[in-house]
Amino acid sequence: MGALSDFSVLRPASAADAVRLRGEHPTSRFIAGGTDLVPNMRRGLVSTDIVIDLGNVGEMRELQHQGGTLRIGAGVTLATLAADPRVRARLPALAQAALCVAGPTHRTAATLGGNLCLETRCQYFNQSESWRQGNNYCMKLAGDTCRVAPKSSRCYAAFSGDVAPALLALGAEVELLGPQGIRRLPLAELYVDDGMRWLALGADELLFAVTVPLVAGRVSGYEKLRVRGAIDFPLAGVAVVLRRDGDALGELRIACTGVSSRPEFVGGLDALAGQPLDDAAFAVIERQIKRTIQPMETTTVSVPYRRRATPVLAKRLVRRLWDEAKRR
Amino acid sequence: MKTLLTLSVNGRPREDAVAGNALLIDYLRDTLGLTGTKQGCDGGECGACTVLVDGQPRLACCTLAHSVAGRSIETIEGLSHEGNLSRLQRAFHEHLGSQCGFCTPGMIMAAEALLRRTPQPSRDEIRAALAGNLCRCTGYVKIIESVEAAAGCEEVPA
Ligand code: FES
Ligand code: FES
Repeated sequence: MGALSDFSVLRPASAADAVRLRGEHPTSRFIAGGTDLVPNMRRGLVSTDIVIDLGNVGEMRELQHQGGTLRIGAGVTLATLAADPRVRARLPALAQAALCVAGPTHRTAATLGGNLCLETRCQYFNQSESWRQGNNYCMKLAGDTCRVAPKSSRCYAAFSGDVAPALLALGAEVELLGPQGIRRLPLAELYVDDGMRWLALGADELLFAVTVPLVAGRVSGYEKLRVRGAIDFPLAGVAVVLRRDGDALGELRIACTGVSSRPEFVGGLDALAGQPLDDAAFAVIERQIKRTIQPMETTTVSVPYRRRATPVLAKRLVRRLWDEAKRR
Repeated sequence: MKTLLTLSVNGRPREDAVAGNALLIDYLRDTLGLTGTKQGCDGGECGACTVLVDGQPRLACCTLAHSVAGRSIETIEGLSHEGNLSRLQRAFHEHLGSQCGFCTPGMIMAAEALLRRTPQPSRDEIRAALAGNLCRCTGYVKIIESVEAAAGCEEVPA
């Protein structure tokens, strides 16, 4: 990989200082675990003259029960999330998604905030400078065409974070810290369906914390499709939250990753509440997922395969959780 | 621009002038000459550069040197005691867990972190702890056997 461009590192001790520094240096970048940003900088995909290291901001590493919610600082590492007894017991989809990210050595550094803000990925973008130059670049950096959708005016790089779909299905909110204080919004509103500008985060805003409601009676899980059992980004990932009322579905919430430029919440499943989980229900699940996702040739694994495999992952997971909810 | 970096490496306190954009792996290998930590993929995909930061396994190729200021770093060079191999180093040697040897320092540091937290790991726990470390030679079986053998030994070398 290439050498890093020349930059200096600022190490604020509080989130407020971090936001102030970001305002003073518009070309700076925040860094936490570095497992996404550093390789991208070394490939020349991201450049900056100032890096604001959040490693000293202790207030972003807190994980607290607050009333009916769990509030998780954006600086909590994925290893901590995956191992936390409260997360494992009450929000298993989140623990499982965190445990699916990359390998164990990444997860001790990588953070919740970093995974939620993960740079979108594409096989035409995540390459060396010489490879990209030889292929005349792409729209996401230095080129003018999206290689996976040449006629389109936008970029289709895929959002590939594992944790976001779990948090979407669980109904999480995010806290964004800016110069004026904290702004709260549903996690879904953090994302934009555009491979180049996939975050609705203001230039001087910092993803500060996530709050997740703890709803009684819910079971949840996360399933990931990938070539190897570790390290790989998702070819597709599905999170499911389910509540069962006897022999009927009480609630079903599904979200996907790796198959669009943003993590997608699957709409149109409300009508299944009160219905049995039969073939007709599975047909609705499959149809709604296929309507929602838009896998493109962003990976070496084919688009038709990922289109077919995504609902299969979801249906398997729904079946597993349905049985699990009965045993409770 | 170089600024002062204060940290501990293999138990020794250090202060060095280090550039803002220096990676931990470059600091260890080039500034300190600790070339036991290997540069494999050099991009966060192989685990050859694994070191311990405050006892946790971390990828030195994805870590800015200044981001570990004040922390305690351990590399493969820090494992031996007075010239004797550590139990993991000895087990990898005796159980053929190392062939070309390029992945070995990373494997051993990841396994070291595991054994400190879980002294008697199951096979699945070993596989999970080493899931981020790639080996092109051994096929992994001998590596897992080496970690199992080390787990059954006392740390003080014979
Ligand atoms: S050299 Fe760091 S992960 Fe491969
Ligand atoms: S022994 Fe050669 S790469 Fe593992």
